[in-house]
Amino acid sequence: MSNAPVNSGRRKFLTLTTSVVGGVGAAAVAVPFVKSWSPSEKAKAAGAPVAVDVSKIQPGQLIRVEWRGKPVWIVSRTQKIIDELASLAGQLRDPDSQEPQQPEYAANINRSLKEEIFVAVGLCTHLGCSPTYLPDSFAEQVEGVESGFFCPCHGSKFDMAGRVFQNVPAPLNLVVPPHHYVSDTQILIGLDKGDA
Amino acid sequence: MLKKLVTGTIDWVDARIPMTETWNKHLAQYPTPVNFNFWYFFGSLAMLVLVNQLLTGIWLTMHYNPSAEGAFASVEYIMRDVPYGWLLRYMHSTGASAFFVVIYLHMFRGLIYGSYQKPRELIWIFGMLIFLVLMAEAFMGYLLPWGQMSFWGAQVIISLFGAIPIIGDDLTLWIRGDYVISGATLNRFFALHVVALPLALVALVFLHIVALHEVGSNNPDGIEIKQKKGSASEEAKGKFTFHKHYSGKKDIIDAVPFHPYFTVKDIMGVAGFLIFFCAVIFFLPEGGGYFLEPPNFEPANGLKTPDHIAPVWYYTPYYAILRAIPDKLIGVVFFGGSIAILFLLPWLDRCKVKSIRYRSWIHKANITQFIICFIVLGVLGALAATPVRTIIAQIASVGYFGFFIALWIYSKNEKTKPLPTRLTFK
Repeated sequence: MSNAPVNSGRRKFLTLTTSVVGGVGAAAVAVPFVKSWSPSEKAKAAGAPVAVDVSKIQPGQLIRVEWRGKPVWIVSRTQKIIDELASLAGQLRDPDSQEPQQPEYAANINRSLKEEIFVAVGLCTHLGCSPTYLPDSFAEQVEGVESGFFCPCHGSKFDMAGRVFQNVPAPLNLVVPPHHYVSDTQILIGLDKGDA
Repeated sequence: MLKKLVTGTIDWVDARIPMTETWNKHLAQYPTPVNFNFWYFFGSLAMLVLVNQLLTGIWLTMHYNPSAEGAFASVEYIMRDVPYGWLLRYMHSTGASAFFVVIYLHMFRGLIYGSYQKPRELIWIFGMLIFLVLMAEAFMGYLLPWGQMSFWGAQVIISLFGAIPIIGDDLTLWIRGDYVISGATLNRFFALHVVALPLALVALVFLHIVALHEVGSNNPDGIEIKQKKGSASEEAKGKFTFHKHYSGKKDIIDAVPFHPYFTVKDIMGVAGFLIFFCAVIFFLPEGGGYFLEPPNFEPANGLKTPDHIAPVWYYTPYYAILRAIPDKLIGVVFFGGSIAILFLLPWLDRCKVKSIRYRSWIHKANITQFIICFIVLGVLGALAATPVRTIIAQIASVGYFGFFIALWIYSKNEKTKPLPTRLTFK
């Protein structure tokens, strides 16, 4: 710095205020750059939650909806099927849903919010084929179990809560997507309860 | 007449920018230790590969289509229809692996000769930043062909950020720009791969060399060639003229100018390197499935996971550490730590003697076990995990981190051999 007479108090003040104002400006300019990396409106629309009316699903019936490019199953389970779930534990890899394949509220024996309605992503956790729903001929795959899901690609088997059987290629239970009940009969797939 | 024109032009330029001055200071009168050996080829080779990557990369962008719909097909188009496109692509893909080969050997050189020690800490830091940027650059480049391994490799690595508590999920969403890896991810990786990171890389290489030239090169003996002014004999100083920036305050011993002596030596290294490099490009461009992995010859498919997801070979040691730890978050911490701890090397090594030649057997054993662990981790990271392999990976991870801890402990009072006063060379 030169030897010119300097009011150092004033210089300090100016340096500080310039730095603060400049810093705020730099932070403000960073906003569009950072925000532009967030999902675009197009991506958001494609990934938007899907509303499904479950009141018309017959017991034992499975309906498919598409969410984020994936098939999502909604199955109405009969009381008989629900009662059977607990008895299968010995034949399953992860009967108690220890692996994080479902939201916390679905980490129960039924892997669902309501006992009878089961929601899952219909993709095999092995190589992503879509398993086939066998409502009354699953016994050919697992003796004594009437209904379940069977993957035709490599023979993976899942019970009516999407839990994978032992000794099949798939390592994990079917994924339960985030979802919640908007009303008694309507499910919103893709959002947890309370998320905006 | 012609000579006059040439000198006239040089004088004209020199009056405007310091061309001759820079040439002398950094090449023709830059003092270089005479005892550089084989290990000193890899710095200049890294520069060569960088130029190769920049050139072939620029040419590839002329034909490549950075979109989820067009990327895979455009790579096939480059391979089949663009004249010499296959060569440009193989030069680039082989160059990526070659880059890591020479960088790892370059780092090994620094490790054994203590080139990271005072006063060269900043050279090491810049070098580590180059290594870090290079890993990011290679990772993003690997997504661009939009093959199965591109997609699923990126899926695995990006999901690592999901292990960070609280912000993890939002962070992965922000990185991807979509709920799954998609065209949005591809396009931003393309922008970073071809513009942002190469700029950072070139800037860091510049700083690496500026820092190197300020303190001067280390050498296999690990002793300084700059001595107190007036202390060295005429015989030691030799007949060469060095730039006054170096010789003004110090006596320079056992040195030769970088140009022409080491430019010529480095050309030898280039020739040797190119034999291997061309052999791979022409006869083994996929590197046996390690440079270009087989699943990447299938287009990306978000619904179909490949049987075995393995990163490219140069990431496998760190990936093996990640997998060796059963907890995801702790695994990610150690995964990051395995790179971060390298930054601290100049301060973890408290020994005053630099070169392995004059250090204790403990140090030699420690470096040996470190290299073995690194290679074992590298092999395991490329293989599917089994219980036995996981245990071996855990042992090797302990060896990896143990190297640094042991170094910090024994280096304080290490029993070293006496240092020579002059460089040893034939």
